[in-house]
Amino acid sequence: MSSATRHPDVVIVGAGVIGAACAAALSREGLQVTLLDADFPGGGSTGVAMGHIVVLDDSALQLSLTAYSRALWTELSRELPPDCEDEKRGTLWLATNDEELSAARAKGEIHAAQGVVTMLLDDRELAEREPALRRGLAGALFVPDDRVLYPPTATRYLVQQARIRGATVRVSCVVESIAARSVTVREGNGQSSTISTDAVINAAGVDAPLLVPGLPIVPRKGHLVITDRYPGICSSELVELGYLHSAHSTTGASTAFNVQPRATGQILIGSSRELVGRDRSINQPLLRAMLRRALEFLPALAECSALRAWTGFRPATPDNLPLIGRWDAIEGVWIAAGHEGLGVTTALGTAEIITAGILDREPPLPAAPFSPMRRMPEPELAGAP
Amino acid sequence: MSALIEIVVDGRREQVVDGMPLAAALLSLGVTAFRTSTQGEPRAPLCGMGTCFECRLTINGREHQRSCLIPCTAGLVVETAQR
Amino acid sequence: MKTPGVVRCDVVVVGGGPAGIAAGTRAAEAGADVIVIDSAARPGGQIWRHRDRTSLPRLARRWIERSERAGVKWVLEATVIDGSAEQGRVTVTTREGTHLVSAPKTIIATGARELFLPYPGWTLPNAMGVGGAQAMLKGGLGVEGKRVVVAGSGPLLLPVAAAMARSGARIVAFAEQVSSLKLATFGLSLWGQPEKILLAARYGSAVPVRAYHSGVWVERADGDRRVEMVTLTNGTRRWTEPCDLLCCSYGLVPGTELARLLGCAVIDGCVVVDAFQRTTVAGVFSAGETTGVAGDSASIAEGEIAGIVAAGGDSVRVPGELHRRRNQGIRFAARIANTFSPRAELLTLARPDTVVCRCEDVRFGQLDPTWTARQGKLYARVGMGPCQGVVCGPGLAHVLGWPAGSIRPPLFAPLLGEWISDEATVDASPDPAA
Repeated sequence: MSSATRHPDVVIVGAGVIGAACAAALSREGLQVTLLDADFPGGGSTGVAMGHIVVLDDSALQLSLTAYSRALWTELSRELPPDCEDEKRGTLWLATNDEELSAARAKGEIHAAQGVVTMLLDDRELAEREPALRRGLAGALFVPDDRVLYPPTATRYLVQQARIRGATVRVSCVVESIAARSVTVREGNGQSSTISTDAVINAAGVDAPLLVPGLPIVPRKGHLVITDRYPGICSSELVELGYLHSAHSTTGASTAFNVQPRATGQILIGSSRELVGRDRSINQPLLRAMLRRALEFLPALAECSALRAWTGFRPATPDNLPLIGRWDAIEGVWIAAGHEGLGVTTALGTAEIITAGILDREPPLPAAPFSPMRRMPEPELAGAP
Repeated sequence: MSALIEIVVDGRREQVVDGMPLAAALLSLGVTAFRTSTQGEPRAPLCGMGTCFECRLTINGREHQRSCLIPCTAGLVVETAQR
Repeated sequence: MKTPGVVRCDVVVVGGGPAGIAAGTRAAEAGADVIVIDSAARPGGQIWRHRDRTSLPRLARRWIERSERAGVKWVLEATVIDGSAEQGRVTVTTREGTHLVSAPKTIIATGARELFLPYPGWTLPNAMGVGGAQAMLKGGLGVEGKRVVVAGSGPLLLPVAAAMARSGARIVAFAEQVSSLKLATFGLSLWGQPEKILLAARYGSAVPVRAYHSGVWVERADGDRRVEMVTLTNGTRRWTEPCDLLCCSYGLVPGTELARLLGCAVIDGCVVVDAFQRTTVAGVFSAGETTGVAGDSASIAEGEIAGIVAAGGDSVRVPGELHRRRNQGIRFAARIANTFSPRAELLTLARPDTVVCRCEDVRFGQLDPTWTARQGKLYARVGMGPCQGVVCGPGLAHVLGWPAGSIRPPLFAPLLGEWISDEATVDASPDPAA
């Protein structure tokens, strides 16, 4: 990888939180990076995401990636500017009954094995910590080191870091195709041009399969609603544990209680999941089901003004793990996509895995299980995207 | 027609005209700080027709209510951002 | 949360101003079952806002009474917060709860609102819109003995100054930003509509000659926690005017949120309609200032057309007189827009520390002019507050050329409990969060 050549060492397609994190990490290592986005940094799925940095343990691999990545965010939090609204809020996994509380306890033990601090709260301790929650909950698992931030400005910060380190950033730049060691873009004047490079990273999220056919990524739509400012209604991110009862392979629509206190005092309310291709419109019945669930857990929300609702697409994979690593089918092409609802959480970890791969260094985590070439279960739903 | 009724503004009893828009009543009482902006500035009605949300107040314990759309009724309890 | 009710009718009219009243009346007279929804306590909208019906102009009284005779059902102190053209319904909140109004035909007559251009001090208490001050005055605001500055632009300035003066206020300055030359041209071109000249003559007397300025605008307002002084300028000279109330806005812009929510095309800020007031969405009509700001006479004509066609179907005959009045209104709207368009100096009044988005306290200096409107939202929170960009959006469209963003439900920030209490939900199984 010679710096004497005029072409960049790495071209990153997509300046969402994943592409931005890759740009920041690779430029830190002295590589000449060009970052391209069809719109602007953080303007895709990143800009409509919740922005939580949470340790999840659906699988051992997910646990190791989320825990590692959260540690990197915690490190970075010292330098994030205030507009990133980064706060250590912690997550409360709510148990509605004793069975779920046992599940919470087991979850805590799994976390502990990975060095992740948790606390099991009984009903009284939970009510003390979050008095606005409905009565009658069995308790919760508290993960105190989880964080919340505002994804578009955090992404913008990562892009600025990359720029300071010499990266070139091109906005409103539509990538037409990715080939071996090259990327073809359409300029503003409609002309196409090709950029040669040593490595191309496809970090285009739900659009990644449009550029590298065969990537097993489908858009999984979600709804979010934000309220006016009501500081104090809740202090931690709240998630229901109920999902432990349901398998991941839901082809139908589903909702789960998940609210987040924002630094502004606003409450962000999720979540829903559905596979409906790229239909951005609001699914009114599903949205209402989601909000009803939120009001069940947090009745005080009924008296809060709702400012707006929106939808976004999570780049989902069949095994619920992201695709991180070399794409052997095309020379010099790497994939950093398919992070589903954990793109913000795992962005920094993803960037380090990619950086180690491109520099041929020892990865910070075993990287093979995240390889985009791994064997996948059959996709849940044909037809999408 | 213009019966006077009593409402409570920041803990004080005030006489206002029944049915008058609360925002107009408060302005007439000399209230200038209806709400405090996110950076601490006093704000007061701008549009008078429910679109600008600058006249938001806590009314009967409910936060962020637009006072220009709410007619005065007896016993209304209002909290403003007045010093 | 009360159990929601579904109310069915043939035509639902959103907005109870001149256009909405005319639309509802004509549709009801044609035999349709009509509901008119308005956020105010009485019919009339902004222009016919009143507390006592006897105080209304005859035209207004006649239409309101005619609507009642025709059997129009009024739903007042109600806000449309959501809707779907496909399902032919709107969600309405009232003090009694949330209702679903289901109708095959929807007429959007949501009127217009004021255009605000940011200047230093415009966020101070007692700096209001011209229409805002008018609404407060009609609501009973006492202004006796107050020193009032009426400034900005448009045909609303004179009537509001006159009403203020009638209520005992002292108009210490009246500043129309349009030059006297341009105003004269506007006046001359109105020979075809002499009543408007008469109106101008009548209102003009309310403003002392010494206080009347054209080609003059507000440069800034100052004061400790409220407006105390206004700085006026004609571009070469500037002077200050102590005052208690500043009324300043730059004309009207169509209120298109509901139309956009229902998917209707909007061009240059106006809802696109054909000669029969049909929008680009089947079953949805729009009438009045949503389609262009043309005054009450044109609004009534548009409303009548919309009501007749909504009730009678596409083959119904519309009196030619209505089309003549409508077209006259369209020409008048174009003249108003042309005459009262803001001068370039008004677009550079904001300083780096001037708040542009009042809900989120975003200052002008935080915005990068190379951004798109969406970048402004995501990076700096412009338009992300309760008003959802209704105030700052049109202003920044002028100042930075940012087009209106996408519209997202709900409208007018209802309580969550109200918003979702309007229908049964799907059965959805719990699933992972994140």
